[in-house]
Amino acid sequence: MRFYEYESKALFRRHGMPLGQSGLAHTADDARRIAGEIGGPVVLKSQVLSGGRMKAGAVKFADTPDEAAAHYDAIVPIVVNGQTCRAVLVEEKKGIAQEYFAAITWDGRHKRPVLIFSDMGGIDIEEVAETHPEHVSKTHFSSLLPITPRIAKEAIAATGVTGQALNRLTPIVFELMQVFLRYDLTLAEINPLARLEDGRFVVLDGHIDMEAEARGTHKKLLEELGIGAEETRQAREATAFEQRGAEINAQDHRGVAGNVVEFDGDLGLVIGAGGGSLTLFDAVRKHGGKPANYCEIGGNPSVKKVQELTRLILSKPGVRKIAVMMNVVSNTRVDIVARGVIKGCIQSGKDPKDVLAIFRIPGAWEDEGFKILAKYGVDYCDRSVSMYEAAGRAVAKLNG
Amino acid sequence: MSILVDKDTTFLVQGITGREAVNLTRECLDYGSKIVGGVTPGRAGRDVYGVPVYDCVRDLVAKHGPVDGSVISVPPGFVRDAAFEAIENGVKLIVIVTENIPRREVAQMVELAGLRGARIIGPNCLGLITPGECKMGGIGGPAANTKQAYTRGPVGIMSRSGGMTTEIASTLTAAGLGQSTAVSIGGDAIIGTSYAELMPLFEADPETRAIAIYSEPGGRMEAELAEWVTTNHSRLPIVAFMAGRFMDEMQGMRFGHAGTIVEGKEDTTAAKIERMEAAGISVAERIEEIPKLIQKRLAEKR
Repeated sequence: MRFYEYESKALFRRHGMPLGQSGLAHTADDARRIAGEIGGPVVLKSQVLSGGRMKAGAVKFADTPDEAAAHYDAIVPIVVNGQTCRAVLVEEKKGIAQEYFAAITWDGRHKRPVLIFSDMGGIDIEEVAETHPEHVSKTHFSSLLPITPRIAKEAIAATGVTGQALNRLTPIVFELMQVFLRYDLTLAEINPLARLEDGRFVVLDGHIDMEAEARGTHKKLLEELGIGAEETRQAREATAFEQRGAEINAQDHRGVAGNVVEFDGDLGLVIGAGGGSLTLFDAVRKHGGKPANYCEIGGNPSVKKVQELTRLILSKPGVRKIAVMMNVVSNTRVDIVARGVIKGCIQSGKDPKDVLAIFRIPGAWEDEGFKILAKYGVDYCDRSVSMYEAAGRAVAKLNG
Repeated sequence: MSILVDKDTTFLVQGITGREAVNLTRECLDYGSKIVGGVTPGRAGRDVYGVPVYDCVRDLVAKHGPVDGSVISVPPGFVRDAAFEAIENGVKLIVIVTENIPRREVAQMVELAGLRGARIIGPNCLGLITPGECKMGGIGGPAANTKQAYTRGPVGIMSRSGGMTTEIASTLTAAGLGQSTAVSIGGDAIIGTSYAELMPLFEADPETRAIAIYSEPGGRMEAELAEWVTTNHSRLPIVAFMAGRFMDEMQGMRFGHAGTIVEGKEDTTAAKIERMEAAGISVAERIEEIPKLIQKRLAEKR
């Protein structure tokens, strides 16, 4: 879950990391007032959940409060990579002597956090790693044993940094490592970490991602930073259809049914489980089908959840039929899913045999499930029909 | 032969009195697995289908002697502690079923396991099975369903999806290809044991003659496998299936497993397929192609 820059900086500030003077503007008047308080040149930065702000013109410099107010109005409407501006950060602008890069992320292969440091910050670090590998260090560290500042020191010194800079940078980078571990972050990045012409070291821009699974653990921090529990912070915000799906899934704690992602096709999908859904979505598209949604049934959801998921999908404009498909199931009961989708169809005023294009869920309790489907005349198949073939049948039926 | 588990493997179930753990215990017992006991704090003295329940792993080990493995099925907030408890009481193979565990906690469990010579499978997995000998976890479901899908034979399976492990086994079985051991390795961004980390075990198992893997977007695990295969001149033909190809068009969105989120160029399914094919791994377009590709690769070797 991505943080806005101002939220990342608020977290850094709580941990005593050095930052320039700044304020968050929600109006042009705010921007004017904050620039006046800073009393010198300022930078105005759009708060969006995306990189590429500079290129999009969503970062501007102002010498006077009036200019800051004018820039505020220019920045707010700019959409960066589909992301809208939440507010504008107004920050003091000082001359920069040198830019550094420091980031910590997880390395899934080593199963450890990795600290990446460079004395060539400011620009794309991947490019630096290719063109100047000696200026980028990668240092894995333990998430289990105590860590001390020497890890940060070694990482920084490995890029050739020495003297006062090494001693000033070490505590900042070490703090970043601690923040990363303490808050279950998946990315903690400072770029650039700058040495100013007046000798100060400050965090000019920061980027934080928190593990979605850890939001509960850090509820208090998120509340204090003003991050609402309803904010998904995905690449795009949840649609009304998706929000309703999440509500259905949250009704009870039995299994998963309802975590939908909306697409604009005409074939509704009640599919599962984790890997099966990915496989089936590909298969539908490969056959030229246009999915109306992605979803994932997992574990053993209640009849009610499956039923309401079915109703939700059938209520979506443009949906003509639903395909119900899963891999061979181990702990999901075929009969419960069958009951749920049939009930959902009937409650939507549809005949299950017309609206259910195919039912392909083999596995636990399949005999009981197939009996119910047969009773309602629904087209079903067992494991002798592959997932790919089942998807093809559903698409053919929709188009035929 | 097989890898990791066989007919003599003993294990316990942590969180044994939970609803899903009760089912899993029943299924494994029915299949013939040797479950020596279970742990749920505060429930000592009870039993689950005749399996005695203890408060601590220590008490269980004191009573029954060393235990080979543990299946952990406790709520996410208790998993790390449970894994530490198993590891510190000498358990060497730990299967973590629970999902939604933050990476930091997974990394800490993996690190302690490394220090103590233990291995973690999962989290967010269905466990593993050596057909006809030992089912450790929910893999395959009830014993009758498990026997229908899994049969004994020459193919090792490694899968990032629990459900797809069984779909692949079922497809192989229908084509007359049995399995040596099938491992559901888990769908998270950090997991206890990756494809490349299981390869040396399959490589050393004379029964295993080919490998089938199920793969997804996200992470570098396929690159790691490709590298291992190339570096070690693996004798085993590998056939992979890559799901979630549509995700290449929608980076930054999360579908399903926590590990599937695609954030960089390296992680796309197209890049993974390219790497694997370059390492001599056959990539199937559909699940039903896997048996044919394996048979073809085995025939080429003769």
